[in-house]
Amino acid sequence: MLVNEAWLKEFVDYAIPTERLTEKLTMAGLEVDSVNAAAAEFSGVLVGEVLSVEPHPNADKLRLCKVSIGEPDALDIVCGASNVRIGLRIPVATIGAVLPGDFKIKPSKLRGEPSNGMLCSEEELGLAESADGLMELPLDAPVGVDIREYLQLDDTIIEVDLTPNRADCLSIEGVAREISCFTDQPFKPVTPNAIKVTTEDVKKVVVEAPDDCPRYVGRVIKGLDRSAATPIWMQEKLRRCGQRSLGPLVDVTNYVLLELGQPLHAFDLHKISGDIVVRRARSGESLVLLNDQAIELDENVLVIADQKNALAFAGVMGGESSAVNDDTTDIFLECAFFTPTSIAGKSRKFGLHTDSSHRFERGVDPELCYRALDRATELLLDMAGGHAGSVTDTTSTDTMPVNNQVRFRFERVQRVLGIELEHSTVKSYFTSLGMQVDTSADEWLVTAPSYRFDIAIEADLIEEVARLYGYDNLPQNSLNVSGSLSAIEETIQPLDRVKDLLVDLGYQEAITYSFTDEAALKKLTPNDELYRLQNPISSDLAVMRTTLWAGLLKAMDANIKRNEETVRFFETGLKFTVQDGKLVQEQMLSLLLTGQAQPEQWGEASREVDFYDLKHDVEAILSVNNMLDDYQFEPASHDALHPGQTARLVNKKGEDVGYIGLLHPALEGEFDIKKPVYLAELKQSLIQSRDIPEFEAITKYPSVRRDLALIVDEKFPVNKLVSYIDTTYALVNEVIVFDIYQGKGVESGRKSVALGLILQDKSKTLVEQDIEEIIADLLENIKNQFDAQLRE
Amino acid sequence: MAFPLFIWIKLKDDNVENSLESIVEKAEKELADAQSLSVVEEIRVSYLGKKGVFTRQMKTLGGLSPEQRPVVGATINHAKQQFQSLLEQRKAQLETELLSKRLTDETIDVTLPGRGQSVGGVHPVTRTMRRIEQIFNRIGFDVAMGPEVEDDFHNFEALNIPAHHPARAMHDTFYFDEHTLLRTHTSPVQIRVMENQQPPLKVIAPGRVYRCDSDITHTPMFHQVEGFVVDKNINFADLKGVISEFLKAFFEKDVSVRFRPSYFPFTEPSAEVDIECVMCEGKGCRVCGHTGWLEVLGCGMIHPEVFRHINIDSDEFTGFAFGMGVERLTMLRYKINDLRLFFENDLKFLRQFN
Repeated sequence: MLVNEAWLKEFVDYAIPTERLTEKLTMAGLEVDSVNAAAAEFSGVLVGEVLSVEPHPNADKLRLCKVSIGEPDALDIVCGASNVRIGLRIPVATIGAVLPGDFKIKPSKLRGEPSNGMLCSEEELGLAESADGLMELPLDAPVGVDIREYLQLDDTIIEVDLTPNRADCLSIEGVAREISCFTDQPFKPVTPNAIKVTTEDVKKVVVEAPDDCPRYVGRVIKGLDRSAATPIWMQEKLRRCGQRSLGPLVDVTNYVLLELGQPLHAFDLHKISGDIVVRRARSGESLVLLNDQAIELDENVLVIADQKNALAFAGVMGGESSAVNDDTTDIFLECAFFTPTSIAGKSRKFGLHTDSSHRFERGVDPELCYRALDRATELLLDMAGGHAGSVTDTTSTDTMPVNNQVRFRFERVQRVLGIELEHSTVKSYFTSLGMQVDTSADEWLVTAPSYRFDIAIEADLIEEVARLYGYDNLPQNSLNVSGSLSAIEETIQPLDRVKDLLVDLGYQEAITYSFTDEAALKKLTPNDELYRLQNPISSDLAVMRTTLWAGLLKAMDANIKRNEETVRFFETGLKFTVQDGKLVQEQMLSLLLTGQAQPEQWGEASREVDFYDLKHDVEAILSVNNMLDDYQFEPASHDALHPGQTARLVNKKGEDVGYIGLLHPALEGEFDIKKPVYLAELKQSLIQSRDIPEFEAITKYPSVRRDLALIVDEKFPVNKLVSYIDTTYALVNEVIVFDIYQGKGVESGRKSVALGLILQDKSKTLVEQDIEEIIADLLENIKNQFDAQLRE
Repeated sequence: MAFPLFIWIKLKDDNVENSLESIVEKAEKELADAQSLSVVEEIRVSYLGKKGVFTRQMKTLGGLSPEQRPVVGATINHAKQQFQSLLEQRKAQLETELLSKRLTDETIDVTLPGRGQSVGGVHPVTRTMRRIEQIFNRIGFDVAMGPEVEDDFHNFEALNIPAHHPARAMHDTFYFDEHTLLRTHTSPVQIRVMENQQPPLKVIAPGRVYRCDSDITHTPMFHQVEGFVVDKNINFADLKGVISEFLKAFFEKDVSVRFRPSYFPFTEPSAEVDIECVMCEGKGCRVCGHTGWLEVLGCGMIHPEVFRHINIDSDEFTGFAFGMGVERLTMLRYKINDLRLFFENDLKFLRQFN
C-alpha cells in the first residue's frame, strides 16, 4: 500500500525524518518496501496564466503565447500543445528552470520566434507517465507561485507491505494511528462536520442476509453538479497513493477508501428499481460488472440488488447497469460492513481483486460506516453541491461483531518473551493502542478497539507487548540444551553415504521438478496411472512424476545440447504412483549414465559406457552396505528399457528393489537422444537397510585357487552358474568371473566362461585330493544341470 | 689325492706368497672386467665355492708340518680376505651403477595428468541442507521428513489457516482436488511430528515445497528447512538465540541479525529475520534493495491454536518454529545471482560446487 507523508501528517504531526520513520514502521511490523519522492527533482516552475494565444507565422502546430508569471512583463513563449487557450493556468518552466532528466530551460527561438520558457505537461514534470497536453491548473491557482509549493510536491511516498492481520492499517488514518503509538505524538482522526439533511428522499434498504452484512448504511444525494471537477489537491493525493482521477463521484469514494479504509459505492439513483435488497445471489443469476466482465452468480455470492436484478457484487465491484457516469446528478451512496467470510475467497474465485475486496476480506472496522459516509458526503457536497438525504441505517445487532475481550495473564509476558516488565508499562502499551484494560482482577481483561479485530487471544496481546517493547530490545539466550542421547539406527545406511559414494564414482547430483509432462511419462511408464495437478503452471509441468528418469533425461538432453559428452547424474526424491486407487509417494534413487566410461585421458583407450559400468555403480551402492550377496540381478523387462539389457534387482526377501538397463532404442527418438543412455531406479528403503556385522574368527588355514574354463550356451546367464557353485559348495569361498570368450576354439552358439574358484576349509588345510574331489563333483553337476563343459 | 699333492708341491717351492699374490691379482682383474652381478657371483664361486681356488688351497694345509700350517694358513686367509673385500667392493659398485641406471630408465614425466575416474558432486541445495542439518544436529535437533502431496488439514487447517484465510492467497497452492495439494511449506511436518511424539521436541524438517508461481525470482518448486522446539520453558529469547547463532554459524561470520514483527497464522508473536546484507556488508546494494538488510527467514512462537489442533496443552508447553528458504541461503552463501539455475542442472553450474 502507498502512503504519502504529507497526508499522514494531517493525522499525526511527527517530527522524525523519513529515514527514521520508515525504520520505525518496519520495526513495528509495517514493512517498508520502498520510499520514493512524490515528484522528480525539478526547479524554476511557476504557476502562470495564458494571456494571449496567436498563430505562429511559420508553423501550423505552434502558437505564440503571452504568459504572465505575476511579473510586470508577460513572457513570450512558443507552445505546441493543443489545449493552450486564453485564461488557462499552467505550470511555466521559466528561464533557468531545470526539469526532470536535467533538462535546462534557456532562451531560444522556435522557427524564428523567441521563446522564453516552456509551458509544461504532467509528463514533463515527472508527475505522470504520459500526458495529452498541458497540465491544467485550477483557475484560482496563484499566479507566480512555485508549482512545487503550490502542489506540495516536496513529499515522500512510502510503500508499505502489510501482513494480512493488519487490516487496520489499510488506510492513511490507520497508518497514522500506528505512527502516533511509537512517536508519542497525538493522533487526530478525521471528524467530518454534521451533514445537513436538505432532501426528503430516502432509499429503503432490506438486508436479507444479516450474517453476511450486519450493517448497511446509505443515503441519497441529489442535484450534484455535472460539471464539477475534482480539486487538484484531491487529484494529487489520489495520484500519490496510486489512483488515477476518474471524476468527482469515483474520486470521492476512492479518497475515503484510502483515507479511512472504508470502501463505499455510489449507485445512480435512477437506475435502481424500488428498494435496495442485500441478499445472496440466486443460482443462475448473472451480473455485468463495471469492468464489463459478465459473471454467473451462485448462492455463495452476496449481492446488492434492487427489486428486479442484482446491481453489484457486494464488497467487490459494482455493476454496469447501476453505475454512475458523467450525466449522473442523483446517487445512492452505500457504506456497509460486509463480514470477511462473506467476501473471502469470492473475488479470487472470479479472478477479481479490488481495493474493496482486499479490505473487506481482511476486515474493515465495523464502526467506521457512519463517519465514512459523512466524510464522503461532506467532500462531495463541497465539490459538486447537491442535497443530502437522511441516513438509512440497517444494523443487525445480533450479527454485528463485538469488540474482542481477551483474558490476559501478566506472567505470560515473562514466560513467552523472557522479559520482566512493570504492570504499568504493559498497561500503557495497551492503552496507547486504543485498548481498554481492566486490571481489577489477577487476570486482566483487555478490550480491543473495533478496528483491532485481529486481537483475539492472549498471544496476540503478547505480540503487541513485544512490538512496542521492540523486538530488537528483547533478550536473547543460547538454547539450554536438555535431553537425552538418542540411538543411531545402524541398520539404516544414511542416504548421504550413498550420495557421497556416487559422487566419488563421478556422478553429479541433479534436482529436477517433481512434476513433468504427461507425454514423457506415458512413454517411460505407460502402465502407471498418472496423478494430475488441477492448476499446473504449464502443460509440461502438469503431472506428478512416476519415475525420476523423465527429469534426468531432460536435464541430460539440455547438457548434451551444451556440448557435454558424458553425463553421470543421480537424483533422489519421491515418485508418485497410484496403487489400488491410492496415491503412493515413494523415495527413489535414480541414476543416468551416458558417454565415456572415463574422462578422456592419455594412456587409456577411450570407451563408451555400457550396461556393466552402470551395474558396477549399482553394485557399489549395495557393497557399501556389505550386502551385495543379498541381491540378485534378474533378466527382466521394463517399458522404458531395452528388452535385452534390462535387469530387475531383487533382494533376499524377493522384493523388487528396482530396475537397471539401457534406454529402449524406440524411445531414443522421443527424447532426442543419439547415443546409448543407461538408467537405474532403486527404492531407497530397500538399498539403505543393512545388517550389523558380527565378527567371525579368521581362519589360519590357507586358501587355494582353481581356475576353470567352462563352455556354456551363449544365452546362458553366468550368474546362475556362479550362484549355484556359491550356494552348493560350502568350501568354495568366492567365485570370480575373470573372462568371457567367444570365437576361435569355441563352437558357435556357445561361450567360454573362465571362473576362478577360491577354496578354503576353516578347520584344516585342504589337500590336493580334497580339491580334486570337489572339482570333479562340481564339473559333473554343472554338466548335468547347465550343460556346462570343461573347455579342452 | 693327486691334486692336493700338486698344490702342496707348489707351496713346497717356497713360493706360497708369490702364487697367492698372483691369484689375488688375477681375481682383481676378473672382477674389474665383470659387468654384471651374475658374473661377479660366478667369480665368487670360482674362488670361494666348494671347488674354488681358496678352498683348494686350504685343503693343502693338511699336508704341511704343524709348524708350517699356521703360517701358510694365515697367508691363505689373508689372500682370501683381500679377495672378499675386492669382491664386495665390486659388487657394491655394480649395484650402485645398476640402481642409478634403473633410476634413469624409470624416470617419468610427473607433470602428466593422473589417470582414472573424475569425482562428481552433490547439488548446491544438498550442500546447504547438509550444513544446516549439521549445525542443528550439534545442539540435538532430529531430522524429520513428511509427504509432499499433503492434505488440507496438515498444510493449512492445523496451522491455523482456515479456508479463505487471506494468508492462503500468499501460498499459491497447487491442488489435486479440494483437499489434496502439494505442500506449500515444510510446516506440515511440524504437525505430523507432534501428532506422533510428545514434547520435549527439537526437530528440523528439510524438503521440497511447491508454489504456483514462476518468474525470475520464483520457481514452482523450491526447498525449505522447517525447525521447531517444544518444551516447558521455551521463550522468545531462546528463539532469538537459536536463530542468531544459526545465522552466524551458517555464514561463518558475525553478521548483524534483525528481528522485526511479522505475521504467520501459525506463530504468535511472529518475526521476520533480516541479516546485514552479505553482498555489501550493509552499505546498500541491488541485492538488498539498497536497505542493507536481507530477509532470510520467518519464525515465531508456536500459536496456541496449532497446539490445540494436536492436543498439546499450551499452558504447559511453549515452543518456537522457524522456516527458511534453502535456495535463498545458498544464493547468499555462494553469491549465485539467478534462482533458475538451481533446476536447470547445467553441469557447468553444478560442478562449481564439487
